Amino acid sequence: MSGVQGSGVGPAVDEHAEKIDAYASARNSQIAGALRAFARRRSALVGLAVLLLIIAFTVITPFLWKYSYSDITVDFSAAPGWRHPFGTDSIGHDLFAQTLRGIATSLKVATLVALLSTVVGTVVGAVAGYFGRAWDAVLMRVADLIMTIPVLAITLVLANVLGAKGSSWFLLSLVLSAVLWIPLSRLVRGTLLSLMKNDYIDAARMLGASDRRIIIRHLLPNAAGPIIVDATLMVGRAIIVAASMEYLGLGIQAPEVSLGLLIQRGQGAATTQPWLFGFPALFLVLIILSVNFVGDGLRDALDPRRTV
Amino acid sequence: MLTFILKRIVNGIAVVIAASVLVFALVSLAGDPLASMLSSPGASPQTVAQYRQTLHLDDPIMVRYLSWVGGILHGDLGKSYSGQSVNSMIFSGLGTTLKMVIPAAVFGLVGAVFLGVVGALKRNTAVDHLISALSYALYAIPVFVLAILLKGYIAVPLNNAFGATVLYTIGDSTPGVPPSLSDQVRHAILPVFALAVYSMGPWSRYQRAAMIEVMSSEYIKVARAKGLGRARVVIVHGLRNALIPIVTIAGADFAVIVGGAVVTETVFGWQGMGRVLVDALTGPVSPDVYVVQGWIMVVAIFVVAVNILVDLMYGVLDPRVRR
Repeated sequence: MSGVQGSGVGPAVDEHAEKIDAYASARNSQIAGALRAFARRRSALVGLAVLLLIIAFTVITPFLWKYSYSDITVDFSAAPGWRHPFGTDSIGHDLFAQTLRGIATSLKVATLVALLSTVVGTVVGAVAGYFGRAWDAVLMRVADLIMTIPVLAITLVLANVLGAKGSSWFLLSLVLSAVLWIPLSRLVRGTLLSLMKNDYIDAARMLGASDRRIIIRHLLPNAAGPIIVDATLMVGRAIIVAASMEYLGLGIQAPEVSLGLLIQRGQGAATTQPWLFGFPALFLVLIILSVNFVGDGLRDALDPRRTV
Repeated sequence: MLTFILKRIVNGIAVVIAASVLVFALVSLAGDPLASMLSSPGASPQTVAQYRQTLHLDDPIMVRYLSWVGGILHGDLGKSYSGQSVNSMIFSGLGTTLKMVIPAAVFGLVGAVFLGVVGALKRNTAVDHLISALSYALYAIPVFVLAILLKGYIAVPLNNAFGATVLYTIGDSTPGVPPSLSDQVRHAILPVFALAVYSMGPWSRYQRAAMIEVMSSEYIKVARAKGLGRARVVIVHGLRNALIPIVTIAGADFAVIVGGAVVTETVFGWQGMGRVLVDALTGPVSPDVYVVQGWIMVVAIFVVAVNILVDLMYGVLDPRVRR
């Protein structure tokens, strides 16, 4: 203790400050521990690096590369080479530019879906878990209902109902979020229900904390681990569903480019001109794999049972 | 047990009724499926009006819903806009799809249990790491990408090597040829494999976790201490208990497999349920209202039935829930 003895208020303030310090350092060591656990998993680090590289590449290259995704060049069905690293299709589109554009579209959709469905899922799940009764019953019935219809079928119908408007990446994200928030809300509800059995919740309530304060200050921070992990895995899920929709001809439409569309167009020539199918498919798989590795690393890092 | 099953059935019926409301709201209230037809120069207003009448698009919304549900209760899903019976479209599609989905679910489950158990028993060895890597890879490959790869890089070289069609890549049987088992199997191998592998990745992870948990429990130690053989302990005491979670997950994932089948069918040109749905959503008059609604209802009823069956299987696997 560094406080001057006998100065009256000194010790008390110091004690308090020390507590705050202890709390802050516990918190810091928690975060540091989580980071260390994440860094220990090589697959998670590699996944993160690959993902960041792909994102940087997709953002920067369009400014530097000589062709845009919509340019029609004079090279038809060219194999990959110096002029066209990923080759061209039969009307002369540069596949390198198109693949990058497709990656950008997929990542935009996936990020927005992860964001929207996490926010909605967390709010609804928290309300259902905390207040229970009618809220809970309604949420659980809706979740049961959605589980009985293939996600892909619902999103296909929604995309069709939106018609031509459904081909924008923004509306496609809304369509996917409309379904994908539900499993997350179930997870949040379950986590909250188990957290609410803790004594510190009763203590907070007895000290007069409002429902809102208990949810926001006490419950959600403790539920953050599973929520973050699920939000990460949601990115992979959203990319797969979106690509499947595009492959089936609903969702993002030409002239816009997406990985699912490129794969659909390239599949007929999968053996004769493998680059048309291969590059978009490779990046699709690479992104999903990286995201899942990151999600898994986070699961380990944020696991409360983790031994530091 | 009986009250439990009755409860599940009542709950299932409630879910199906809710699904009918949702689907109807989604498809019937969403807009005018004939709008695109009205704007095309080929269709006269009279034709469109006639379609409108035969599809009952002019009736009040409650009347439309009740007559649709009434039809379902009488086993009639209505007609497509081209006048085809939705029943016959969906049931012929269903027959084709089940030829893919059921073997895929069975092989997927068997494969996942095998991989999961081996991974758990050889925990943290090279074999376990290899299986883990495999299941991650499988989980990251969308089913249509895998299907295209199988088609282009397994079937085509194989057929070229033999100079004959060993594995078919289009359709579920050869048209015009009397149906034979070998013909069907040669059509089904690749799609069933693609779809089975699609769920094997995540399922094998669950199986591994469940098996590790069971094998570290006290009763396994007791069984070993009693002097029972390792094989007997693993299979009778371990596996039987470790199967309970995977059966639940596989049952809950049934809708996911049907979703995967929609895509797989498209790659392999099967005229199944997937085709019916995609055609009804991308055709000239879309959505083809009663086809889409009927499709979702039939799938929902199917999934609910599978989930009830899974609950029944619980009773077989886990005597504790029989009471």
